[in-house]
Amino acid sequence: MSTQSQEFKSLGLKVAVALAIVVLLAVPFITDIVGGNSALSLITRILIYSIAAASLNFVLGYGGMISLGHAAFFGIGGYVVGLLFVHYTDETPLMGVIPGTNQLLITIPAAIAVSGLLALIIGALSLRTGGVQFIMITLAFAQMIFFFFVSLKAYGGEDGIIVRRTNEFLGLNMRDRLTLYYVILGFWAVFMLALWRLIRSSFGTVLRGMKQNERRMAALGFAPYRYKLYAFVLSGMGCGLAGALMANFLRFASPDMLHWTKSAALMTMVILGGVGSFFGPLLGTAAYLVLETELAALTEYWQFWLGLILMAVVLGTRGGLNALIARGVALIFRGRA
Amino acid sequence: MSAVLEVKGLVKRFGGLTATDHVTLEVRPGEVHALIGPNGAGKSTLINQLCGELVPDEGAVFLGGTEVTGMDVPARVALGLGRTFQITNLLNDMTVRENIAMAVQAREGHNFRIWDAVARRRSLWSEADGLLAGTPLQNRAHIPVAGLSHGEKKQLELLVALARKPRILLLDEPMAGLGHAESQEMVDRLREVAQTMPMLLVEHDMDAVFALATRISVLVYGRIIATGTVDEIRANPEVREAYLGAEDELC
Repeated sequence: MSTQSQEFKSLGLKVAVALAIVVLLAVPFITDIVGGNSALSLITRILIYSIAAASLNFVLGYGGMISLGHAAFFGIGGYVVGLLFVHYTDETPLMGVIPGTNQLLITIPAAIAVSGLLALIIGALSLRTGGVQFIMITLAFAQMIFFFFVSLKAYGGEDGIIVRRTNEFLGLNMRDRLTLYYVILGFWAVFMLALWRLIRSSFGTVLRGMKQNERRMAALGFAPYRYKLYAFVLSGMGCGLAGALMANFLRFASPDMLHWTKSAALMTMVILGGVGSFFGPLLGTAAYLVLETELAALTEYWQFWLGLILMAVVLGTRGGLNALIARGVALIFRGRA
Repeated sequence: MSAVLEVKGLVKRFGGLTATDHVTLEVRPGEVHALIGPNGAGKSTLINQLCGELVPDEGAVFLGGTEVTGMDVPARVALGLGRTFQITNLLNDMTVRENIAMAVQAREGHNFRIWDAVARRRSLWSEADGLLAGTPLQNRAHIPVAGLSHGEKKQLELLVALARKPRILLLDEPMAGLGHAESQEMVDRLREVAQTMPMLLVEHDMDAVFALATRISVLVYGRIIATGTVDEIRANPEVREAYLGAEDELC
């Protein structure tokens, strides 16, 4: 019986994924009819933020590390794109050695590498603590990075860096919103596929064990620190990718991307969607950004209403939107929850 | 032959309380060394120091001739130390089979791989199935640990420890909370295991201790007051005095 329902579940998943691919490919045509450019831009932002939220969920939901500093990696990814662009147009090397560039195939890997390195440093120090201290230390590090860029007057300080033109990519016309959407969708799909594999890999399995029972895992011979640090670095790299895409999409990188409220927003997305679930962060991000847009249009106090909805979801669903949908699907197909 | 596990002059103090008081003992190849003592004698404290979860204040622990006193838990496990927990300590969201496979995975290594698939690491699953074969847990392989009975969890604790293929096994009250029949089953199982590896057995159930032990040490208020064969311990007046309050016959 259990294998039968598993087969059923995996079939349902395949159908859902196929459907999602079709819908995502058709998005620009749909928004052409309803919603227009602002709807396309909203969906693009959902894709980008969901990369960051899913990266946070990897350490938070699968690894049990509650980081309130992931905006640091998101922002640094954006700044890598911004800084390289500034030096590309200035034709001066960054820090005297690194030449600037406007090639997406260079800026994206660079953003991933730099944010990974930053995550290695922050993680190596923060992961020596746990619980509340870990939350506060990750927050403190992120604020340090934030104030560093605020005071970096040479690169716009508080005003950030304007990236006049989106990075070049395979000779495509990146100024075209449709093209940009498909490029970002491509990166998103590759990221989601990699995450899917990562969670099912040897390392992903160890990480899930670590979250469930660290003492047991130590007794099996797994030294928790190394595994957690590796997860933290991978997660930072994912956020860096999201930040780099966002800087290309907005053509702007600013300290706003590094602010702690951004870390909190990412965490809200994860919790709203369902901590430790694969599709949760995507659902949460979509819900968060749609609510933000819709509520902000209705009232100045949209954050109050968003807070109420978040509370209702957390208290009412036990597992976020992901769990709610799973229960709904079970109800429809089997007539019971 | 040299001892697999050797403890020399181990001391652990908590404030004014000396929980481990100059404990010296050894576990030799092929033996089941039982550690008994009344409640609060410091058995768990001692076990935790042997595993590396607690750092002793004085003394040294050797594993297969290597000093491990300053090593953490994973480092000692890598040297062949295996253990079971008194209060079962498993991966509750994972199934019986996954718990065992995780132990095999720990032993085999390659666990920083992010592009493979655990489901396709056949050696893990075939070994897990091999360990489960013929045990009462065989039909429960796909049940998450959270859905097991207490007795089943105790059995799984042992299987997980064995899957790691340790050189020595520390058993922290493997019979605790088991019914009579389950206890008997566990004794039979441990007798089989004892053929392949030495054990340090901490246990309250005297029937089990006398059935399994080749040597017994008695721990009272953190001190080892006697070490000897089953018959020697049974006959020891000091042990009767301390352990049973001179009430009844031992056992």
